Amino acid sequence: MDLIVFYALGTLTVLASLLVVGQRNPMYSVLLLIASFLALAALYVQLDAPFMAVTQIIIYAGAIMVLFLFVVMLLNVPREEPDVPDPSRLFGGAGPRRLGVVLALALVAELVWALRRLGRTPFGGEIPEISSVRAIGRTLFTEHAFAFEVTSILILVALVGAIVLARKEA
Amino acid sequence: MDVALIAHASLILVVFTCLLLAAAVMVYMERKVAAAIQQRYGPYLVGPRGMLQPFADVLKLMFKEELRPKAADALLFSLAPILSAAAAFAAFAVVPFGAETTLFGLLDEPLPLGVADVNVALLVIFAITSMGIYGIVLAGWSSNSKYSLLGGLRSAAQMISYELSYGLAIAAVIMMAGSLSLREVVDAQAGYWLGFIPRWYVVPQFVGFFIFMCAGVAETNRAPFDFPEAEQELVAGYHTEYSSMSFAMFFLAEYINMVTVSAVATNLYLGGWHGPFLPVWLGWIWFLVKVFALLFFYVWMRWTLPRYRYDQLMAFGWKFLLPLSVVNLIATAAGVLYWG
Repeated sequence: MDLIVFYALGTLTVLASLLVVGQRNPMYSVLLLIASFLALAALYVQLDAPFMAVTQIIIYAGAIMVLFLFVVMLLNVPREEPDVPDPSRLFGGAGPRRLGVVLALALVAELVWALRRLGRTPFGGEIPEISSVRAIGRTLFTEHAFAFEVTSILILVALVGAIVLARKEA
Repeated sequence: MDVALIAHASLILVVFTCLLLAAAVMVYMERKVAAAIQQRYGPYLVGPRGMLQPFADVLKLMFKEELRPKAADALLFSLAPILSAAAAFAAFAVVPFGAETTLFGLLDEPLPLGVADVNVALLVIFAITSMGIYGIVLAGWSSNSKYSLLGGLRSAAQMISYELSYGLAIAAVIMMAGSLSLREVVDAQAGYWLGFIPRWYVVPQFVGFFIFMCAGVAETNRAPFDFPEAEQELVAGYHTEYSSMSFAMFFLAEYINMVTVSAVATNLYLGGWHGPFLPVWLGWIWFLVKVFALLFFYVWMRWTLPRYRYDQLMAFGWKFLLPLSVVNLIATAAGVLYWG
């Protein structure tokens, strides 16, 4: 049963992600990415990490993707036009199109190689009981307190930068 | 068949049906209360005292023609009301509404009254509320009309802005209760101080309650924060181009969101299902009473207060409510540290 759910959610995630790059309309791409994140959150729940799942939805699918959506809507990103071969160039200007396919195949080959290697090495040490919010909070504010503070300053810098850039000249 | 499984499935069915009925009751209550405030009768023809009016409305909406503008994006135009309604219903799945009951001894182990008992319930509600924004944004954009787009963008910006204060008010309650689970937050409010003042969080957290209700009203796009759907300014905002059942879906989503915000406020601040005179297993009656009191307050505000202008609305959210909720959080942290 668990396996069926995992395969269903995994298929959903991968399918949605693949469809993101295959859309003409950029709004559909954004929505498919959101669907992919929702399926990913469900996978996190299955892995006994409900806090990760909810955080994924709140922050990634709920805030960052809204940003993407606004950008796509307001900057009027145009639809992709279908590829028309250019008769004046060699092979109809196929260089850029075919290169993308070659690079994708190279990436897939690398991933398969890396994952097969990972499958063969044994996983040393036991999995710590880290999924409770209390444990995450404790670790975040004691061991990783420095990273936490630096991240908040980073976000503050980004916020100030955005406001300065978007401000109208008086 | 497993009795527990049947009990759980029927609980889901009961909650779903009650939410739909709650929307119908809200439609009626809104019109009657509006009428009372404006010193007129309201619906009184359909059914006794006009109580069947919402059903007549639904029937009418079902028979209306379903329109779609030619330049509208068909897929997104149909998807938007579905997203809104789905998010509204899903948020109620983690809200508990009663103590554990054994259904008069039918069940072996007590069944907690609530669709799902998640130990990160408050975060789940927050997450699903964030998802509800997409329905409105997509409705505004896919209608391909200037009123809809403006209304959709304004509404989305408003909802995002008030989510911050909403979350910080919830964070203060989480600090006091020590848990993210709504059931535990309610159980921490059992009992009385001095024998007669209930231990509800509205007493120590009255500022937080104010922030939560303001943010909740803004989140659900209700007056006085309903500029995005103001009839006088924007025709009807993001749902201008919708008719018939899609329009009904948006309104259903809005009312269910109101019910969810009231239910969460009841659980967080008003003690949930705890109340005098009734045994704990009948606590859901108190829950209903409190939720309806908050819903009445919602309707009362709509027909009494004038609407905020959009820049006033955003200034209120960012320059007043957000700093106030941060101060509330710090004060609550100090209080929890000092008094344990």
